[in-house]
Amino acid sequence: MSFISYLINGISLGSVYAIIALGYTMVYGIAKMLNFAHGDVIMVGGFTIFFAVSMQGLPTFAGVLLAVVLCTLLGITIEYIAYRPLRQAASSLAVLITAIGVSYFLQNIALLIFGANTKAFTSVVTIPAVKLANDQIIISGETIVTIISCIIIMIGLSLFINRTKAGQAMLAVSEDKGAAQLMGINVNGTISLTFAIGSALAAIAGMLLCSAYPSLTPYTGSMPGIKAFVAAVFGGIGSIPGALIGGIVLGIIEILGKAYISSQMADAIVFMVLIVVLLVKPTGILGRKIQEKV
Amino acid sequence: MAALLEVKNLGISFGGLRAVDDFEISIKKGQLYGLIGPNGAGKTTIFNLLTGVYKPSEGVISLEGNNITGLKTIEINKAGIARTFQNIRLFKDLSVLDNVKAGLHNHYKYSTLEGILRLPNYFKMEKAMNEKAMELLKVFELEGEADYLAANLPYGKQRKLEIARALATEPRLLLLDEPAAGMNPNETMELMDTIRFVRDNFDMTILLIEHDMKLVSGICEELTVLNFGRILSQGKTSRVLNDPQVITAYLGE
Amino acid sequence: MKKFKLGKNMKDNIITYGIVIIAYVIMQILVSTGHVSSLMQGLLVPLCVYVILAVSLNLTVGILGELSLGHAGFMCVGAFAGAFFSKCMKNVITFGLLRFVLAILIGALAAGIIGFLIGMPVLRLRGDYLAIVTLAFGEIIKNVINVLYIGKDSRGLHFSTKDSLSLGLEPEGDVIINGAQGITGTPKDSTFTIGVILIILTLIIVLNLIHSRDGRAIMSIRDNLIAAESIGINITKYKLMAFSISAALAGVAGVLYSHNLNSLMATPKNFGYNMSIMILVFVVLGGIGNIRGSIISAVVLTLLPELLRGLSNYRMLIYSIVLIVMMLFNWSPKLIDLRKRYSLKRLLKRTREVQ
Repeated sequence: MSFISYLINGISLGSVYAIIALGYTMVYGIAKMLNFAHGDVIMVGGFTIFFAVSMQGLPTFAGVLLAVVLCTLLGITIEYIAYRPLRQAASSLAVLITAIGVSYFLQNIALLIFGANTKAFTSVVTIPAVKLANDQIIISGETIVTIISCIIIMIGLSLFINRTKAGQAMLAVSEDKGAAQLMGINVNGTISLTFAIGSALAAIAGMLLCSAYPSLTPYTGSMPGIKAFVAAVFGGIGSIPGALIGGIVLGIIEILGKAYISSQMADAIVFMVLIVVLLVKPTGILGRKIQEKV
Repeated sequence: MAALLEVKNLGISFGGLRAVDDFEISIKKGQLYGLIGPNGAGKTTIFNLLTGVYKPSEGVISLEGNNITGLKTIEINKAGIARTFQNIRLFKDLSVLDNVKAGLHNHYKYSTLEGILRLPNYFKMEKAMNEKAMELLKVFELEGEADYLAANLPYGKQRKLEIARALATEPRLLLLDEPAAGMNPNETMELMDTIRFVRDNFDMTILLIEHDMKLVSGICEELTVLNFGRILSQGKTSRVLNDPQVITAYLGE
Repeated sequence: MKKFKLGKNMKDNIITYGIVIIAYVIMQILVSTGHVSSLMQGLLVPLCVYVILAVSLNLTVGILGELSLGHAGFMCVGAFAGAFFSKCMKNVITFGLLRFVLAILIGALAAGIIGFLIGMPVLRLRGDYLAIVTLAFGEIIKNVINVLYIGKDSRGLHFSTKDSLSLGLEPEGDVIINGAQGITGTPKDSTFTIGVILIILTLIIVLNLIHSRDGRAIMSIRDNLIAAESIGINITKYKLMAFSISAALAGVAGVLYSHNLNSLMATPKNFGYNMSIMILVFVVLGGIGNIRGSIISAVVLTLLPELLRGLSNYRMLIYSIVLIVMMLFNWSPKLIDLRKRYSLKRLLKRTREVQ
């Protein structure tokens, strides 16, 4: 029975990874860059909710809304100031290092404002846990909300990309920026929109992550961020269903690894998976191969 | 006399697209051979097949009687084929001299340890490399810019440096991918002289892709015209250029 | 002309060595005349560690042109391998300097081998993927060391990944690596002088490598992989060479680091990816590919926060801002154009610089 509990926990953690991975995968697909600071946007989302709800006493809903709005703006701003000027840069290393700089910047701003002490995050989820099989399996409210959120987000995003003009523009830009521009698509606007969506999702992921693991520090976002990137690579970077599959598989591997192998080695196991995937199938499960033109 | 390069039934498909089909060519030692055709005809793809960038779906490539089909790029270079690129690929943050010295890599050797410890062999070999590289740069009148960064050379000189670098690998066959692209008529004339000079003085066989008809008709002894990945016409330059099929392909109906 | 060129590299290198030696002499004079606080004296060995790390990472990032975020992992391997050796040999080799030299060699070898083993599969990847995989490896190394228990008794070495009890040591046996508690009681062999000697050795290796046939091959791969292949350069060989030498030198830095501490633990702070990123900051601020710059920026960025105590809270924040601004300033096409317009003369001068 405990196996099923672990599995459900794994799916729940994996759902959070999947939501974060969406941000990575969309940005990678469209801007061809690894947004290293994405994980720290999660942390900003967490702190915003913490500040609004626990410190200022605002209602939960308002706190979450505030976090989403703030993170969206943050994502757009980061892209505008730090990444856009480097889009045509000769070296792809440049934008990656800049992204690392942004990640550090966000962590240290949070450190200055909130200090290094771990904050106890009050879960925003109020629905009770569900007990199954004579109380042998307990599914927490957080788990239920996380999994449902993930499903809603996936469906919503697929509809958005396939059914709306803006979504189609995203596909076009990720395929070929130059051609998209010639077709009258506002490339800069589309990239901004991608960052906006990715960052809004990061805020939601921050809420879910902090509710399930209620401790908050300026570094809260970095490890889940990196693991979500692993998930995105695992599923095939640039692919939205890939992010879902990668996230969930990774979440399950991590929880089962913690339970059955070694809790200290759980991170190492996750990273091993990344390495194996990249070596066996560098494009991930659902990725496509891109070859450099000679 | 046997051909230096002998290609038979060469073909490659990308997905469903047949990029090159049933390509054949035979180039004799010391020949200046032209490969022409409209954009997208598959010319550069053939260069990529000859140099191992792509693996052919079928066909045989032999150089001096040795089968080199399917070898890796560096093995093909060692076997004796060097090339230049349509979109110039220099080592842009290295000096002009070092670009050529990089080309000499496999001909002047000393070990890593000799390099790090600066043993006598290091100085001996570096001196020899410098001399050889300067000699090559002189051929292309680049000796004055030896210490410049490659990226800072004007366009025409970058093309020449690429040829010098290719020659440094001591090939038997030199492939030039649009050497005159972006050059003005004067520079092109000069380039024609240089190509002839290279052929005569380095005992070189040259296969070149070019759009500039003046250059092609001026220096190539034989031509192959490619259209939609297939050979449209092949043979002596004057005959090929008067082939009605070729004229149609170039000028339209 | 050729003579002149060789001379120029030589001159450049001599300036770099000169800076290190002069800085060392000045520091020694200041220390012996009592002008250096004990806090600053405590920083001298870490300073050498950072300089070696920055120079060696620059070999990967600046010369090979690949971003590695796992440099702290190689340092970790070197630190533990060296400390393990020294602790085992504490009573066998009593001549401290010899033991330390051997420890440095072992640390370098261990890190170099790990670098080689990791590099072999992952150097096929490029750019972002390579960065994330090296980061992953760095974290794995740290994790593995945290669950590693090694003990020694009269029957030999014992290994475990569970706890020190399951080593099954004899009563008089000695736990050498104690999982997350790491290694305690490493002999304190590191000194500022040895640190500076190691910096100079690192510089000799890196600078001489750059200005040699192999260095040219490595840089040609950085500048254009496809062209490098087309002129017969063995990509895998040279990537691996640069990567393993870089790792081995990080291992040297690790040995120096571990022999400066009484107890060595692998924590996210010293061997995590934050450390790797900090080293990267040194490299970027000193100028990617500029070895002398790496030395200067490692020294300045380590000393500055200590000199300006009031700023220490803002230290990392300032680093991050400087990092972003530097990258934008150096790489943004628009800003590059702007700079070209306003400093043509400087640009002309720069064209003659090879490095």
